[in-house]
Amino acid sequence: MTRVNLARNEVLVALVILAFCALATLSDPGFLSMPTLTDLLRGGIVLGIFAVAAMLVLVSGGIDVSFTAVAAFAMYSTTLFLVTHAPGMPWPLAFLISMAIGAALGAINGLFIAGFGLPTLIVTLGTLSIFRGFLLTFVGSKLISNLPPEMRAFSRLMMLRGTNADGSFYSLPWAFAALVAVVVVTWAILHRTMLGRSIFAIGGSVESARRIGVSVRAVQFFVYVYVGMLAGLAGIIHASMARVANPFDLVGLELSVIAAVVLGGARLTGGHGTLTGTLLGVALIVLVRNSLIVIGIPSTWQSVAIGVLILVGTGLPAWQAKRAEARAA
Amino acid sequence: MTGRARLGALLAGPEGRLAVIAVVVFAAMALLSPDRFLSVQNMTSMAFQFPEFAILALATTVAMLTGGIDLSVVGIANLSAIIAATILTQLAGPGVEGAAAAGWMAGAVAASLAVGAVAGLFNGVLIAVLGLPPILATLGSGLIFTGIAIALTGGSAVMGFPPVVAWLGNGLVFGIPVPLILFALLAGAIALLLARTGFGLKIQMLGTNPLAARFAAMNVTGVLIRVYMLSGMLAATSGLVIMSRANSAKADYGSSYILLAVLIAVLGGVNPYGGHGRVIGVVLAVLSMQFLSSGLNMLQVSNFARELIWGALLIFVMIVNSQGRFRPARGARPAAPPTQP
Repeated sequence: MTRVNLARNEVLVALVILAFCALATLSDPGFLSMPTLTDLLRGGIVLGIFAVAAMLVLVSGGIDVSFTAVAAFAMYSTTLFLVTHAPGMPWPLAFLISMAIGAALGAINGLFIAGFGLPTLIVTLGTLSIFRGFLLTFVGSKLISNLPPEMRAFSRLMMLRGTNADGSFYSLPWAFAALVAVVVVTWAILHRTMLGRSIFAIGGSVESARRIGVSVRAVQFFVYVYVGMLAGLAGIIHASMARVANPFDLVGLELSVIAAVVLGGARLTGGHGTLTGTLLGVALIVLVRNSLIVIGIPSTWQSVAIGVLILVGTGLPAWQAKRAEARAA
Repeated sequence: MTGRARLGALLAGPEGRLAVIAVVVFAAMALLSPDRFLSVQNMTSMAFQFPEFAILALATTVAMLTGGIDLSVVGIANLSAIIAATILTQLAGPGVEGAAAAGWMAGAVAASLAVGAVAGLFNGVLIAVLGLPPILATLGSGLIFTGIAIALTGGSAVMGFPPVVAWLGNGLVFGIPVPLILFALLAGAIALLLARTGFGLKIQMLGTNPLAARFAAMNVTGVLIRVYMLSGMLAATSGLVIMSRANSAKADYGSSYILLAVLIAVLGGVNPYGGHGRVIGVVLAVLSMQFLSSGLNMLQVSNFARELIWGALLIFVMIVNSQGRFRPARGARPAAPPTQP
């Protein structure tokens, strides 16, 4: 019989999610319903894509705080281009443009990190200001609320729609499929390619990876370009679903996303991280954000709750590792 | 020494390069906008503006010297300011004057420093005793401190202070702004602490090589806890200055300062992996940022462009400093940096 391993964050987070849902159902029986589920899934799309990207960077042993600025930049400049020059462009093309812009900005991070060997936190803190400053100074700082028709059309594509018993509508947009695709592609890269092994290897130990012949610079460069590309995708999805391109959106989310990823078991020291854990971490954060009030905690305590979750989620494994180390010594 | 060799020696260290940057920025701004940038009014307004985030930068600097980071400084600053503000508005009231006002003010300052120390103790225990990575511990605790501040106030500003409060952020002593004096005293004290005391030496040893520090029988846990308490109390001081200048306290004041504080510390030559950094570098970085910021403001450059320029400056300085200095190998800490030529 396999014992439930509490030391694993995935298990811990899953248990907390179950307990949270149980509590919420007790205080409001209407909690367990299709509208709640679709709300949570919809709320998890953009956060989930960001989290998968952030997880990949953590696995490679780095940290990226600039991805929200990349997303805002790619989203806003793509929308502006479409509105002013190509209003009729089909949405898949618009998505590709946004992803390409994101990849290009990611390449700038990659250049500083892989090329010059600068610490990743400092570089991405710097590029966060640069990308955001450039966007707001030179591209634009006004809301675009009349999105091009194709982006509006995308937001109306529904996978699922229906009416609840009490007459409320619920729906799940096709945008959710983008998160699924991102998860599948990232899983394949991490677990079915040499590149994926190399990412884990340099996250575990740069020096060892280098000695077994991994091209550390190339792998790091790929990681930051890929993250930029995912950020571009998340950005354009966010704008389409919100039906507005707001250049001030998204930036500020980066630390919550990283918190969700670490909650799911990825380690800041690199080499460790799973997609399951990441998605569970996202689910927990979205759940706490959307439904704290259902279990009777006023929303003013929301950030305390998320802070406590981060400390407990990272504290338990850290404490266990420390005890194991003390026993071994 | 020839002039060229002297210049070379000056440019060899990060502090020297930063001093050159500060002078160049000052000169450039003075040339571009002489009548306004060099005016007495601009000089005083700069002296009032920078101490609040400069003190936060000192707080992040001490944490960074140990190889950690303190992302909760803004949360601590706002929470301790709100506690002080609550004492001043609920207990003292806006009407008090004279000795009573000074007494309440002293009490409020003591209370906010105590909040800073307790918050720092909390961070220190998370990091040193429980072994959480400093980024995550202070990210989580920062959310908690901000969250408590929101819960206490419902998210609105606390205001209605007795007039004595304004002195801390807006007063002059012999024509010198009080916040500037406060910053100078704190910067001097931290510089002395780092250079002249055993505790300062321990902080830098710990940052250079934690394992060696442990083998040298250093009480690593105790040192780390005291460092984060110091960082918390510095953050609380900054919170008091912000409170006095804004004449109110609120849970979300200075939210952009966290990035700015880290940026200034790194710009000032503090090694983000720990061990190396000097207060003079942080002071020079603060001055460069303030000259740049005020100058660009006078040239009517937008806030967003300033953000762009700050980020670019950070990366530029990092590239220059990194030539042979940082080895960002994860897991392994960088070897001792080569001695300055």
